[in-house]
Amino acid sequence: MAMPQIKEAVAPAEPDIAVSTRNISKNYGDVEALKDLSLEFPRGQLTSLLGPSGCGKTTLLKIIAGLLEPTSGEVEVDGKAVTGPGEDRAFVFQDFALLPWASVLRNVAFGLELRGVAKSEREARAAKYINDVGLGGFENAFPHELSGGMRQRVGLARALSVDSQVLLMDEPFSAVDEQTRRKFQEDLLELVAVENKTFIFVTHSIEEAVYVSDQIAILLPRPSRVSEIIRPAGLRDKDVDNIRRDSEYLDIVDRIWASLRNYVE
Amino acid sequence: MTISRSMALKLISALVLFGAWEIAGWVPVSYAFPTFLESMSALIRMALDGSLFVAYAETLKPLIVGIAISGTIGIAIGIWIGLSNWFDWLFSPIFIVMQSAPLAALIPLLVMVYGIGLTSKVFVVCIMAMPVIVLNTAGAVRNTPTNLIEMGTAFLATRFEVITRIIVPSASPVIFSGLRLGVSAGFIGAILAELKITPTGVGDIITFSRSIADYASMYAAIFSIIVLAVIFLNLLEKLEIYLFEGNVRGYASD
Repeated sequence: MAMPQIKEAVAPAEPDIAVSTRNISKNYGDVEALKDLSLEFPRGQLTSLLGPSGCGKTTLLKIIAGLLEPTSGEVEVDGKAVTGPGEDRAFVFQDFALLPWASVLRNVAFGLELRGVAKSEREARAAKYINDVGLGGFENAFPHELSGGMRQRVGLARALSVDSQVLLMDEPFSAVDEQTRRKFQEDLLELVAVENKTFIFVTHSIEEAVYVSDQIAILLPRPSRVSEIIRPAGLRDKDVDNIRRDSEYLDIVDRIWASLRNYVE
Repeated sequence: MTISRSMALKLISALVLFGAWEIAGWVPVSYAFPTFLESMSALIRMALDGSLFVAYAETLKPLIVGIAISGTIGIAIGIWIGLSNWFDWLFSPIFIVMQSAPLAALIPLLVMVYGIGLTSKVFVVCIMAMPVIVLNTAGAVRNTPTNLIEMGTAFLATRFEVITRIIVPSASPVIFSGLRLGVSAGFIGAILAELKITPTGVGDIITFSRSIADYASMYAAIFSIIVLAVIFLNLLEKLEIYLFEGNVRGYASD
Protein backbone atom coordinates (compact mmCIF):
# COMPACT_ATOMS: atom_id res chain seq x y z
CA MET A 1 0.00 0.00 0.00
CA ALA A 2 2.86 2.36 0.75
CA MET A 3 4.90 1.32 -2.21
CA PRO A 4 3.57 3.50 -5.07
CA GLN A 5 4.25 6.70 -3.19
CA ILE A 6 7.79 5.74 -2.33
CA LYS A 7 8.51 4.82 -5.93
CA GLU A 8 7.22 8.07 -7.33
CA ALA A 9 9.43 10.15 -5.06
CA VAL A 10 12.61 8.20 -5.63
CA ALA A 11 12.15 8.25 -9.39
CA PRO A 12 14.05 11.51 -10.18
CA ALA A 13 17.57 10.12 -9.69
CA GLU A 14 19.17 9.00 -6.41
CA PRO A 15 18.59 11.72 -3.80
CA ASP A 16 21.67 13.44 -2.40
CA ILE A 17 21.98 12.42 1.28
CA ALA A 18 23.05 15.18 3.69
CA VAL A 19 22.73 13.35 6.99
CA SER A 20 22.66 9.65 7.65
CA THR A 21 22.39 7.70 10.86
CA ARG A 22 23.61 4.12 10.90
CA ASN A 23 22.58 1.46 13.40
CA ILE A 24 22.10 3.93 16.20
CA SER A 25 21.38 2.43 19.60
CA LYS A 26 21.01 4.37 22.79
CA ASN A 27 20.58 2.80 26.20
CA TYR A 28 19.83 4.57 29.43
CA GLY A 29 20.92 1.95 31.92
CA ASP A 30 18.72 -1.04 31.14
CA VAL A 31 16.25 0.96 29.07
CA GLU A 32 16.71 0.77 25.32
CA ALA A 33 15.66 4.18 23.99
CA LEU A 34 16.80 3.58 20.42
CA LYS A 35 17.64 0.26 18.83
CA ASP A 36 19.60 -0.23 15.64
CA LEU A 37 18.06 2.77 13.96
CA SER A 38 19.16 3.75 10.46
CA LEU A 39 17.78 6.70 8.53
CA GLU A 40 18.84 8.94 5.68
CA PHE A 41 18.00 12.59 5.31
CA PRO A 42 18.02 13.99 1.74
CA ARG A 43 19.71 17.34 1.18
CA GLY A 44 17.55 20.42 0.83
CA GLN A 45 14.47 18.63 2.13
CA LEU A 46 12.52 18.52 5.33
CA THR A 47 12.33 15.20 7.11
CA SER A 48 9.98 14.79 10.05
CA LEU A 49 10.54 12.39 12.90
CA LEU A 50 7.05 11.50 14.01
CA GLY A 51 5.92 9.17 16.75
CA PRO A 52 4.11 8.84 20.04
CA SER A 53 5.69 10.36 23.12
CA GLY A 54 8.58 8.38 24.51
CA CYS A 55 9.54 6.97 21.12
CA GLY A 56 12.99 8.54 21.25
CA LYS A 57 12.60 11.09 18.47
CA THR A 58 14.14 13.90 20.50
CA THR A 59 16.91 11.52 21.61
CA LEU A 60 17.68 10.79 17.97
CA LEU A 61 17.72 14.50 17.13
CA LYS A 62 20.11 15.25 20.00
CA ILE A 63 22.37 12.42 18.87
CA ILE A 64 22.46 13.97 15.39
CA ALA A 65 23.19 17.34 17.00
CA GLY A 66 26.09 15.79 18.91
CA LEU A 67 24.51 16.69 22.24
CA LEU A 68 24.13 13.03 23.18
CA GLU A 69 26.49 10.14 22.49
CA PRO A 70 24.91 7.06 20.97
CA THR A 71 25.69 3.81 22.76
CA SER A 72 26.57 2.38 19.36
CA GLY A 73 26.23 3.30 15.72
CA GLU A 74 27.25 6.48 13.96
CA VAL A 75 25.96 9.69 12.45
CA GLU A 76 27.42 11.18 9.31
CA VAL A 77 26.91 14.72 8.05
CA ASP A 78 28.20 15.22 4.51
CA GLY A 79 30.10 11.98 4.85
CA LYS A 80 31.94 13.08 8.00
CA ALA A 81 31.32 11.23 11.25
CA VAL A 82 29.77 13.32 14.02
CA THR A 83 31.69 13.41 17.28
CA GLY A 84 30.01 16.44 18.86
CA PRO A 85 28.20 19.65 17.99
CA GLY A 86 29.54 21.22 14.81
CA GLU A 87 29.30 24.26 12.56
CA ASP A 88 27.33 22.24 10.02
CA ARG A 89 24.32 21.89 12.33
CA ALA A 90 22.13 24.41 14.17
CA PHE A 91 19.43 23.63 16.72
CA VAL A 92 16.00 25.10 17.40
CA PHE A 93 14.78 24.23 20.88
CA GLN A 94 11.28 23.30 21.97
CA ASP A 95 11.46 25.67 24.96
CA PHE A 96 13.29 28.37 22.93
CA ALA A 97 16.34 28.38 25.28
CA LEU A 98 16.83 32.15 25.07
CA LEU A 99 19.13 34.01 27.41
CA PRO A 100 16.74 36.04 29.60
CA TRP A 101 19.38 38.68 30.39
CA ALA A 102 20.20 39.36 26.74
CA SER A 103 18.36 41.43 24.16
CA VAL A 104 16.83 39.87 21.06
CA LEU A 105 19.81 41.12 19.07
CA ARG A 106 22.34 39.48 21.36
CA ASN A 107 20.30 36.28 21.58
CA VAL A 108 20.16 35.98 17.79
CA ALA A 109 23.86 36.83 17.49
CA PHE A 110 24.82 34.42 20.29
CA GLY A 111 25.69 31.55 17.96
CA LEU A 112 27.95 33.87 15.96
CA GLU A 113 29.39 35.30 19.19
CA LEU A 114 30.45 31.79 20.21
CA ARG A 115 32.06 31.31 16.80
CA GLY A 116 34.20 34.37 17.37
CA VAL A 117 32.57 36.61 14.75
CA ALA A 118 33.37 40.30 15.39
CA LYS A 119 30.66 42.29 17.12
CA SER A 120 29.73 44.66 14.30
CA GLU A 121 29.54 41.87 11.73
CA ARG A 122 27.54 39.47 13.88
CA GLU A 123 25.08 42.20 14.82
CA ALA A 124 24.59 43.11 11.18
CA ARG A 125 23.94 39.49 10.30
CA ALA A 126 21.64 39.02 13.29
CA ALA A 127 19.69 42.16 12.35
CA LYS A 128 19.12 40.74 8.88
CA TYR A 129 17.68 37.49 10.22
CA ILE A 130 15.61 39.31 12.85
CA ASN A 131 14.01 41.12 9.92
CA ASP A 132 13.62 37.90 7.96
CA VAL A 133 11.66 36.20 10.74
CA GLY A 134 9.47 39.28 11.08
CA LEU A 135 10.80 40.72 14.33
CA GLY A 136 12.20 43.97 12.92
CA GLY A 137 11.95 46.70 15.56
CA PHE A 138 12.29 44.24 18.47
CA GLU A 139 16.11 44.13 18.42
CA ASN A 140 16.44 45.68 21.85
CA ALA A 141 13.51 43.91 23.50
CA PHE A 142 14.15 41.25 26.13
CA PRO A 143 12.71 37.73 25.87
CA HIS A 144 10.21 38.24 28.71
CA GLU A 145 8.66 41.10 26.73
CA LEU A 146 7.84 38.81 23.80
CA SER A 147 5.02 36.33 23.23
CA GLY A 148 5.77 32.62 22.91
CA GLY A 149 5.58 32.77 19.13
CA MET A 150 7.93 35.72 18.97
CA ARG A 151 10.38 33.96 21.27
CA GLN A 152 10.49 31.00 18.96
CA ARG A 153 11.12 33.36 16.04
CA VAL A 154 14.16 34.55 17.97
CA GLY A 155 15.25 30.93 18.39
CA LEU A 156 14.76 30.36 14.67
CA ALA A 157 16.69 33.52 13.73
CA ARG A 158 19.55 32.40 15.98
CA ALA A 159 19.70 29.03 14.23
CA LEU A 160 19.49 30.61 10.76
CA SER A 161 22.13 33.26 11.44
CA VAL A 162 24.95 30.74 11.88
CA ASP A 163 24.16 29.54 8.35
CA SER A 164 24.52 25.83 9.00
CA GLN A 165 23.72 23.29 6.32
CA VAL A 166 21.47 21.28 8.62
CA LEU A 167 18.73 22.71 10.78
CA LEU A 168 17.58 20.53 13.68
CA MET A 169 14.19 21.46 15.10
CA ASP A 170 12.93 19.85 18.28
CA GLU A 171 9.14 20.26 18.40
CA PRO A 172 9.67 23.95 17.67
CA PHE A 173 6.00 24.86 17.46
CA SER A 174 4.60 22.78 20.30
CA ALA A 175 4.87 25.59 22.85
CA VAL A 176 3.07 28.22 20.77
CA ASP A 177 -0.65 28.71 20.25
CA GLU A 178 -2.60 27.14 17.39
CA GLN A 179 -2.86 30.19 15.14
CA THR A 180 0.80 31.08 15.55
CA ARG A 181 1.63 27.45 14.84
CA ARG A 182 -0.23 27.51 11.51
CA LYS A 183 1.60 30.67 10.51
CA PHE A 184 4.89 29.08 11.51
CA GLN A 185 4.15 26.02 9.41
CA GLU A 186 3.48 28.15 6.34
CA ASP A 187 6.64 30.15 6.98
CA LEU A 188 8.58 26.93 7.39
CA LEU A 189 7.46 25.69 3.96
CA GLU A 190 8.69 28.92 2.47
CA LEU A 191 11.96 28.63 4.35
CA VAL A 192 12.56 25.11 3.04
CA ALA A 193 11.89 26.34 -0.48
CA VAL A 194 14.13 29.41 -0.22
CA GLU A 195 17.07 28.21 1.90
CA ASN A 196 18.96 25.29 0.51
CA LYS A 197 19.20 23.60 3.90
CA THR A 198 18.41 20.18 5.21
CA PHE A 199 15.72 20.29 7.88
CA ILE A 200 15.19 17.60 10.48
CA PHE A 201 11.99 18.24 12.32
CA VAL A 202 10.69 16.45 15.40
CA THR A 203 6.96 16.63 16.00
CA HIS A 204 4.19 14.68 17.67
CA SER A 205 1.51 16.21 15.45
CA ILE A 206 0.51 14.04 12.52
CA GLU A 207 -1.10 16.95 10.66
CA GLU A 208 1.94 19.13 11.15
CA ALA A 209 4.28 16.41 9.90
CA VAL A 210 2.26 15.76 6.76
CA TYR A 211 1.82 19.46 6.10
CA VAL A 212 5.48 20.48 6.25
CA SER A 213 7.44 17.36 5.29
CA ASP A 214 9.09 16.04 2.18
CA GLN A 215 9.70 12.82 4.04
CA ILE A 216 8.13 11.47 7.23
CA ALA A 217 9.88 8.86 9.34
CA ILE A 218 7.47 7.17 11.70
CA LEU A 219 9.14 5.93 14.86
CA LEU A 220 7.55 3.34 17.10
CA PRO A 221 8.53 3.09 20.74
CA ARG A 222 10.20 0.69 23.14
CA PRO A 223 12.73 0.29 21.74
CA SER A 224 12.46 2.93 19.12
CA ARG A 225 12.82 1.95 15.49
CA VAL A 226 11.71 3.31 12.13
CA SER A 227 8.48 1.58 11.24
CA GLU A 228 7.77 3.35 8.00
CA ILE A 229 8.98 6.14 5.75
CA ILE A 230 6.37 8.10 3.89
CA ARG A 231 7.12 10.57 1.11
CA PRO A 232 4.10 12.67 0.17
CA ALA A 233 4.44 12.95 -3.60
CA GLY A 234 2.24 15.77 -4.75
CA LEU A 235 1.87 18.11 -1.80
CA ARG A 236 4.93 20.34 -2.33
CA ASP A 237 3.64 21.75 -5.61
CA LYS A 238 0.30 22.70 -4.12
CA ASP A 239 -0.55 26.13 -2.87
CA VAL A 240 -0.18 26.30 0.94
CA ASP A 241 -3.87 27.18 1.27
CA ASN A 242 -5.00 24.00 -0.45
CA ILE A 243 -2.78 21.40 1.18
CA ARG A 244 -5.12 20.69 4.06
CA ARG A 245 -7.99 19.98 1.62
CA ASP A 246 -5.93 17.74 -0.60
CA SER A 247 -7.03 14.10 -0.69
CA GLU A 248 -3.45 12.86 -0.50
CA TYR A 249 -2.92 14.94 2.65
CA LEU A 250 -6.04 13.49 4.25
CA ASP A 251 -5.17 9.93 3.23
CA ILE A 252 -1.69 10.11 4.67
CA VAL A 253 -2.94 11.62 7.93
CA ASP A 254 -5.46 8.77 8.25
CA ARG A 255 -2.91 6.14 7.41
CA ILE A 256 -0.41 7.40 9.96
CA TRP A 257 -3.08 7.55 12.63
CA ALA A 258 -4.08 3.98 11.82
CA SER A 259 -0.54 2.78 12.42
CA LEU A 260 0.07 4.88 15.53
CA ARG A 261 -3.22 4.45 17.37
CA ASN A 262 -2.19 1.13 18.93
CA TYR A 263 0.76 2.79 20.59
CA VAL A 264 -1.10 5.60 22.26
CA GLU A 265 -1.85 4.95 25.89
CA MET B 1 5.34 59.13 37.57
CA THR B 2 6.01 55.80 39.23
CA ILE B 3 9.47 57.06 40.21
CA SER B 4 8.10 60.14 41.92
CA ARG B 5 5.51 57.97 43.66
CA SER B 6 8.11 55.54 45.01
CA MET B 7 10.23 58.53 46.03
CA ALA B 8 7.25 60.02 47.89
CA LEU B 9 6.63 56.69 49.66
CA LYS B 10 10.26 56.54 50.73
CA LEU B 11 10.08 60.08 52.08
CA ILE B 12 6.88 59.36 53.98
CA SER B 13 8.27 56.20 55.53
CA ALA B 14 11.44 58.07 56.54
CA LEU B 15 9.35 60.86 58.07
CA VAL B 16 7.23 58.39 60.03
CA LEU B 17 10.30 56.54 61.31
CA PHE B 18 12.22 59.67 62.32
CA GLY B 19 9.08 61.22 63.79
CA ALA B 20 8.50 58.14 65.93
CA TRP B 21 12.16 58.26 66.98
CA GLU B 22 11.83 61.95 67.90
CA ILE B 23 8.71 61.36 69.97
CA ALA B 24 10.20 58.29 71.65
CA GLY B 25 13.15 60.51 72.62
CA TRP B 26 10.81 63.10 74.15
CA VAL B 27 8.83 60.62 76.22
CA PRO B 28 11.59 59.48 77.05
CA VAL B 29 11.72 55.71 76.52
CA SER B 30 14.94 55.62 78.44
CA TYR B 31 17.45 58.08 79.72
CA ALA B 32 19.92 56.54 77.31
CA PHE B 33 17.72 57.17 74.25
CA PRO B 34 18.27 60.57 72.63
CA THR B 35 15.82 62.24 70.25
CA PHE B 36 16.33 62.12 66.51
CA LEU B 37 17.30 65.80 66.31
CA GLU B 38 19.84 65.47 69.15
CA SER B 39 21.41 62.53 67.35
CA MET B 40 21.52 64.42 64.06
CA SER B 41 23.13 67.46 65.62
CA ALA B 42 25.75 65.19 67.18
CA LEU B 43 26.30 63.67 63.75
CA ILE B 44 26.76 67.08 62.18
CA ARG B 45 29.11 68.14 64.97
CA MET B 46 31.28 65.05 64.46
CA ALA B 47 31.25 65.59 60.71
CA LEU B 48 32.28 69.24 61.10
CA ASP B 49 35.16 68.63 63.52
CA GLY B 50 36.32 65.78 61.25
CA SER B 51 36.29 63.06 63.91
CA LEU B 52 33.65 61.10 61.98
CA PHE B 53 35.83 60.91 58.88
CA VAL B 54 38.91 59.92 60.86
CA ALA B 55 36.83 57.14 62.41
CA TYR B 56 35.55 55.93 59.04
CA ALA B 57 39.03 55.92 57.57
CA GLU B 58 39.82 53.37 60.26
CA THR B 59 36.61 51.33 60.04
CA LEU B 60 36.50 51.14 56.24
CA LYS B 61 39.91 49.46 56.04
CA PRO B 62 38.90 46.01 57.37
CA LEU B 63 35.42 46.44 55.90
CA ILE B 64 36.53 47.08 52.32
CA VAL B 65 39.38 44.57 52.39
CA GLY B 66 37.10 41.95 53.95
CA ILE B 67 34.22 42.52 51.53
CA ALA B 68 36.57 42.56 48.54
CA ILE B 69 38.07 39.23 49.63
CA SER B 70 34.69 37.70 50.43
CA GLY B 71 33.21 38.93 47.16
CA THR B 72 35.92 37.74 44.78
CA ILE B 73 37.07 34.58 46.54
CA GLY B 74 33.56 33.80 47.76
CA ILE B 75 32.03 33.94 44.28
CA ALA B 76 34.95 31.99 42.79
CA ILE B 77 34.69 29.23 45.40
CA GLY B 78 30.90 29.26 45.10
CA ILE B 79 31.06 28.75 41.33
CA TRP B 80 33.52 25.94 41.81
CA ILE B 81 31.38 24.25 44.44
CA GLY B 82 28.36 24.59 42.16
CA LEU B 83 30.19 23.00 39.24
CA SER B 84 31.86 20.09 40.97
CA ASN B 85 30.32 17.55 43.30
CA TRP B 86 33.73 16.71 44.64
CA PHE B 87 34.44 20.33 45.53
CA ASP B 88 31.00 20.60 47.05
CA TRP B 89 31.76 17.63 49.30
CA LEU B 90 35.12 19.14 50.25
CA PHE B 91 34.20 22.77 50.93
CA SER B 92 30.48 23.18 51.60
CA PRO B 93 30.67 21.89 55.20
CA ILE B 94 33.32 24.52 56.04
CA PHE B 95 31.04 27.35 55.01
CA ILE B 96 27.96 25.86 56.63
CA VAL B 97 29.92 25.58 59.91
CA MET B 98 31.26 29.12 59.41
CA GLN B 99 27.75 30.44 58.89
CA SER B 100 26.35 28.85 62.01
CA ALA B 101 29.36 29.34 64.29
CA PRO B 102 28.91 31.85 67.16
CA LEU B 103 31.40 34.43 65.94
CA ALA B 104 31.73 36.35 69.19
CA ALA B 105 33.01 33.18 70.82
CA LEU B 106 35.61 32.70 68.12
CA ILE B 107 37.06 36.22 68.34
CA PRO B 108 39.42 35.45 71.26
CA LEU B 109 40.82 32.57 69.18
CA LEU B 110 41.37 34.86 66.20
CA VAL B 111 43.08 37.43 68.41
CA MET B 112 45.35 34.76 69.84
CA VAL B 113 46.45 33.69 66.37
CA TYR B 114 46.45 36.92 64.40
CA GLY B 115 46.84 39.60 67.08
CA ILE B 116 44.69 42.68 67.52
CA GLY B 117 45.55 44.36 64.25
CA LEU B 118 43.91 44.61 60.83
CA THR B 119 44.25 40.88 60.04
CA SER B 120 41.90 39.76 62.80
CA LYS B 121 39.31 42.37 61.86
CA VAL B 122 39.44 41.39 58.20
CA PHE B 123 38.92 37.80 59.32
CA VAL B 124 35.84 38.76 61.30
CA VAL B 125 34.37 40.57 58.27
CA CYS B 126 35.13 37.58 56.04
CA ILE B 127 33.65 35.04 58.44
CA MET B 128 30.48 37.10 58.53
CA ALA B 129 30.27 37.85 54.79
CA MET B 130 31.74 34.87 52.97
CA PRO B 131 29.47 31.88 53.81
CA VAL B 132 26.27 33.42 52.51
CA ILE B 133 28.03 34.58 49.32
CA VAL B 134 29.58 31.15 48.73
CA LEU B 135 26.44 29.15 49.50
CA ASN B 136 24.15 31.38 47.41
CA THR B 137 26.54 31.32 44.46
CA ALA B 138 26.93 27.54 44.64
CA GLY B 139 23.18 26.98 44.77
CA ALA B 140 22.51 29.32 41.86
CA VAL B 141 25.23 27.74 39.72
CA ARG B 142 23.89 24.26 40.46
CA ASN B 143 20.41 25.36 39.37
CA THR B 144 21.38 26.80 35.98
CA PRO B 145 18.63 25.74 33.52
CA THR B 146 20.00 22.74 31.64
CA ASN B 147 18.34 23.86 28.41
CA LEU B 148 20.55 26.98 28.33
CA ILE B 149 23.69 24.91 28.84
CA GLU B 150 22.53 22.53 26.12
CA MET B 151 21.88 25.50 23.82
CA GLY B 152 25.39 26.83 24.43
CA THR B 153 26.89 23.42 23.71
CA ALA B 154 24.83 23.07 20.52
CA PHE B 155 26.15 26.45 19.34
CA LEU B 156 29.74 25.38 19.97
CA ALA B 157 30.48 27.06 23.30
CA THR B 158 33.59 25.79 25.06
CA ARG B 159 33.24 24.73 28.69
CA PHE B 160 34.78 28.06 29.72
CA GLU B 161 32.30 30.02 27.57
CA VAL B 162 29.42 28.04 29.02
CA ILE B 163 30.56 29.09 32.49
CA THR B 164 31.23 32.77 31.73
CA ARG B 165 28.41 33.50 29.29
CA ILE B 166 25.64 31.22 30.50
CA ILE B 167 26.12 29.85 34.01
CA VAL B 168 27.39 33.02 35.69
CA PRO B 169 24.87 35.46 34.12
CA SER B 170 22.09 32.98 34.77
CA ALA B 171 23.16 32.67 38.40
CA SER B 172 23.72 36.41 38.78
CA PRO B 173 20.39 37.36 40.44
CA VAL B 174 21.00 34.88 43.25
CA ILE B 175 24.72 35.70 43.39
CA PHE B 176 23.80 39.36 43.83
CA SER B 177 21.27 38.62 46.53
CA GLY B 178 24.01 36.65 48.28
CA LEU B 179 26.34 39.62 47.85
CA ARG B 180 23.76 41.95 49.39
CA LEU B 181 23.31 39.68 52.39
CA GLY B 182 27.08 39.21 52.61
CA VAL B 183 27.79 42.93 52.50
CA SER B 184 25.26 43.66 55.24
CA ALA B 185 26.79 40.88 57.32
CA GLY B 186 30.22 42.35 56.58
CA PHE B 187 29.13 45.72 58.01
CA ILE B 188 27.96 43.97 61.16
CA GLY B 189 31.27 42.11 61.27
CA ALA B 190 33.33 45.30 60.93
CA ILE B 191 31.56 46.97 63.86
CA LEU B 192 31.61 43.78 65.91
CA ALA B 193 35.37 43.54 65.36
CA GLU B 194 35.83 47.10 66.59
CA LEU B 195 33.70 46.48 69.64
CA LYS B 196 35.26 43.11 70.54
CA ILE B 197 38.89 43.31 69.45
CA THR B 198 40.19 46.87 69.81
CA PRO B 199 38.02 49.97 69.89
CA THR B 200 38.98 51.89 66.76
CA GLY B 201 37.04 53.94 64.24
CA VAL B 202 33.25 53.92 64.50
CA GLY B 203 33.38 51.19 67.14
CA ASP B 204 35.53 53.53 69.20
CA ILE B 205 32.97 56.35 68.90
CA ILE B 206 30.24 53.96 70.03
CA THR B 207 32.22 52.57 72.96
CA PHE B 208 33.67 55.89 74.06
CA SER B 209 30.50 57.97 73.86
CA ARG B 210 28.60 55.30 75.74
CA SER B 211 31.22 55.34 78.49
CA ILE B 212 30.81 59.12 78.93
CA ALA B 213 26.99 58.91 78.56
CA ASP B 214 27.06 60.96 75.31
CA TYR B 215 24.25 58.87 73.89
CA ALA B 216 23.50 61.31 71.07
CA SER B 217 26.96 60.69 69.58
CA MET B 218 26.61 56.95 70.08
CA TYR B 219 23.32 56.85 68.18
CA ALA B 220 24.73 59.22 65.54
CA ALA B 221 27.56 56.74 64.89
CA ILE B 222 25.15 53.80 64.66
CA PHE B 223 22.88 55.81 62.37
CA SER B 224 25.76 56.75 60.09
CA ILE B 225 26.89 53.15 59.65
CA ILE B 226 23.34 52.11 58.73
CA VAL B 227 23.13 54.91 56.17
CA LEU B 228 26.46 53.87 54.71
CA ALA B 229 25.34 50.25 54.44
CA VAL B 230 22.12 51.29 52.67
CA ILE B 231 24.05 53.44 50.21
CA PHE B 232 26.44 50.58 49.52
CA LEU B 233 23.60 48.13 48.92
CA ASN B 234 21.96 50.58 46.52
CA LEU B 235 25.20 50.91 44.57
CA LEU B 236 25.36 47.12 44.37
CA GLU B 237 21.86 47.07 42.90
CA LYS B 238 22.85 49.69 40.33
CA LEU B 239 25.81 47.52 39.34
CA GLU B 240 23.53 44.53 38.91
CA ILE B 241 21.12 46.46 36.69
CA TYR B 242 24.05 47.77 34.65
CA LEU B 243 25.53 44.29 34.14
CA PHE B 244 22.43 42.17 33.62
CA GLU B 245 19.61 44.41 32.50
CA GLY B 246 17.28 41.72 31.21
CA ASN B 247 17.62 39.65 34.38
CA VAL B 248 16.44 42.42 36.63
CA ARG B 249 13.33 43.03 34.58
CA GLY B 250 12.15 39.51 35.17
CA TYR B 251 12.41 36.11 33.59
CA ALA B 252 10.88 34.78 30.44
CA SER B 253 8.13 32.64 31.87
CA ASP B 254 7.46 29.51 29.92
